[in-house]
Amino acid sequence: MEKQNFKGWLYLIPAVLFLGVFMIYPLVDVFVYSFEEGYNSASQTYLGVGGYNYSYVLHDPYFLQAVKNTFILVIITVPVSTILALLISVGLSSIKPLRDLFQTVYFLPYVTNTLAVGLVFMILFKKTAYSDGMVNLLINLFGGSSVDFIDGPYWAKMFVLCFYTVWVVMPFKILILTSALASVNQVYYNAAKVDGTGSFRIFRKITIPMISPMIFYLIITGFIGAFKAYSDAVALFGTNLNAAEMNTIVGYVYDMLYGNSGGYPSYASSAAIILFAIVLTITCINLLVSRKHVHYT
Amino acid sequence: MKIVLDHLTKKFPSRSRKERSEVTAVGDFCFEIPDGKLVGLLGPSGCGKSTTLNLICGLLKPTEGKIFFGQDDVTNLPPENRGVGLVFQNYALYPHLTVQKNIQFPLENLKGAAKLSKEEMQEKVYAAAKLVQIEGLMDRKPSELSGGQQQRVAIARALVKMPKVLLLDEPLSNLDARLRLQTREEIRRIQKETKITTIFVTHDQDEAMSISDLIVVMKDGYVQQIGKPQEVYDNPVNLFVAKFLGTPPINVFDGNVKDGMLYIGDDAVLKVGSVPNQEVHVGIRPEGFILREDGPLHCNLSRLEVMGRDVSVVSGHPCCQSDTIRSIISAENNVDTDSDTVRFALKPGKVFLFHKETEERIHFEVE
Ligand SMILES: Nc1ncnc2c1ncn2[C@@H]1O[C@H](COP(=O)(O)OP(=O)(O)O)[C@@H](O)[C@H]1O
Ligand SMILES: [Mg+2]
Repeated sequence: MEKQNFKGWLYLIPAVLFLGVFMIYPLVDVFVYSFEEGYNSASQTYLGVGGYNYSYVLHDPYFLQAVKNTFILVIITVPVSTILALLISVGLSSIKPLRDLFQTVYFLPYVTNTLAVGLVFMILFKKTAYSDGMVNLLINLFGGSSVDFIDGPYWAKMFVLCFYTVWVVMPFKILILTSALASVNQVYYNAAKVDGTGSFRIFRKITIPMISPMIFYLIITGFIGAFKAYSDAVALFGTNLNAAEMNTIVGYVYDMLYGNSGGYPSYASSAAIILFAIVLTITCINLLVSRKHVHYT
Repeated sequence: MKIVLDHLTKKFPSRSRKERSEVTAVGDFCFEIPDGKLVGLLGPSGCGKSTTLNLICGLLKPTEGKIFFGQDDVTNLPPENRGVGLVFQNYALYPHLTVQKNIQFPLENLKGAAKLSKEEMQEKVYAAAKLVQIEGLMDRKPSELSGGQQQRVAIARALVKMPKVLLLDEPLSNLDARLRLQTREEIRRIQKETKITTIFVTHDQDEAMSISDLIVVMKDGYVQQIGKPQEVYDNPVNLFVAKFLGTPPINVFDGNVKDGMLYIGDDAVLKVGSVPNQEVHVGIRPEGFILREDGPLHCNLSRLEVMGRDVSVVSGHPCCQSDTIRSIISAENNVDTDSDTVRFALKPGKVFLFHKETEERIHFEVE
């Protein structure tokens, strides 16, 4: 018994070491930094210990903007992408001919290079010397006037960011959901049909509960992914996100470390810890909600 | 509700691309199921029993033929509008719902005038649960039930909306022998109580014989014989039906008819009247043997199996198509176990002749 325990720990050592060095230690370190006031990484000195960093970050208008942006992004893209992916997957599962073709088409964005995706979005949205972009052409066609989606009003830029995010995360969700749908035993559908169930009720009462573990997985990872959004915004609006009012929390952390106004690891750490707390809270809420609505079989 | 199957046929396209041939899962099924009866649909695995049920409940569309419930042609009605209850082979209970919710599910589908209030639903659910004696398990999930309990829940779910027709697809195949015996009695009782026209699918002839008003024997998609269980047993139309019914199974010999006398090997065993001279299959039920010192049929005695009231004599014969002959005789007979031969006379009513090629029954007059 004793010996077996010892062996078990032995096998765990590589993983524990790896996690310790690359996850736990940095996490603790960031936590410590976040309370060290006026830390200077060159001289490795600091002035004192306290909550000033947090107070600074929480009063920084750029940070508040970043929090607002991030929350809008999360609240819009997670439900929209999940619901859209669900509808598309159900559609895909119920057609027979050309299913493989459609599946490939929907999966393309996932394997496409970010730069190529950015190019597509430029053609769609960006104003150039020659055109106002495809979307504006459409708007004009219906009698509206052009909108500058990249350098224009806040809502237009937010729309593009959300659109982009939804578009990028969808393929993976569709992939997961189509396979989840395919794994539901046909016999339950047959049973429901014989019992006189309409197709919408079958979807709501049978399909959704049956694939709820996968939906839940997508929601959790979707939340976490959206809270960590940064590179998408850079791809669309360039590196000076603060000026564009399009910064995200992770973007703010990055700027505080390396950006033009950078060199403040203490502020960056505080912001990172705040993000950590937000994600942790949301994930816990998710887990609590899921207890009631997710059915593992 | 009477069910009429009119030349019902279902063909599936062949799986392999090379072959263009189709699989006939059910071929030209004509049958009128009388109202309120329990019909046993019997046949080996793959003979088209499940396909027949799926046609009746509407999950499959027939290639040809029609289905009537009473006077109504339901051939093109979708399953949700047919009002049948179906118990699936593996029960298909919704795993995420409790027993209560599972049974209630069909009731929640009712619309318009038939719509029920919460209290009415609960009353009906409770009544159905009581019928199958699972009132105490209402809050459990299917995964927390034994096979037998799940099966009862499945029956309750099929019964709760009081269907006009109840279909059961091998409902007992997942149960152990004891429970199987018990639940088949229960199904019979429930069917008698509710008087719902019921079709009970099984590959176990014992099961079908014991609870059915009528049995339908199928083979390779085609109906072989329809009748009351005892009639079919006593009067099989062909070798397949004779072999399929009865435990222990019928003993089949290669026989020969010459001048009105049936020969098995060199033994002249039975007078068969005006049957023309030919080679035949001879089927003899285990209870068709009479132990007699001067009996015409000589068999090589292997062993005796005493089963209390009866004795099963296991023997062999060169003309028998299987290695052993099983005959059941009363335990009052004394069998000389030291001897290596045993001699039998035959009961004419338990001996059936079948055509050598077609395997159809050849009737003969018993003298
Ligand atoms: N969906 C299907 N596609 C092709 N062949 C099928 C299909 N369903 C059943 N079959 C064939 O039809 C025949 C009858 O099947 P089934 O009704 O399930 O038999 P049983 O229930 O009596 O065991 C089998 O030969 C089976 O292979
Ligand atoms: Mg079957």
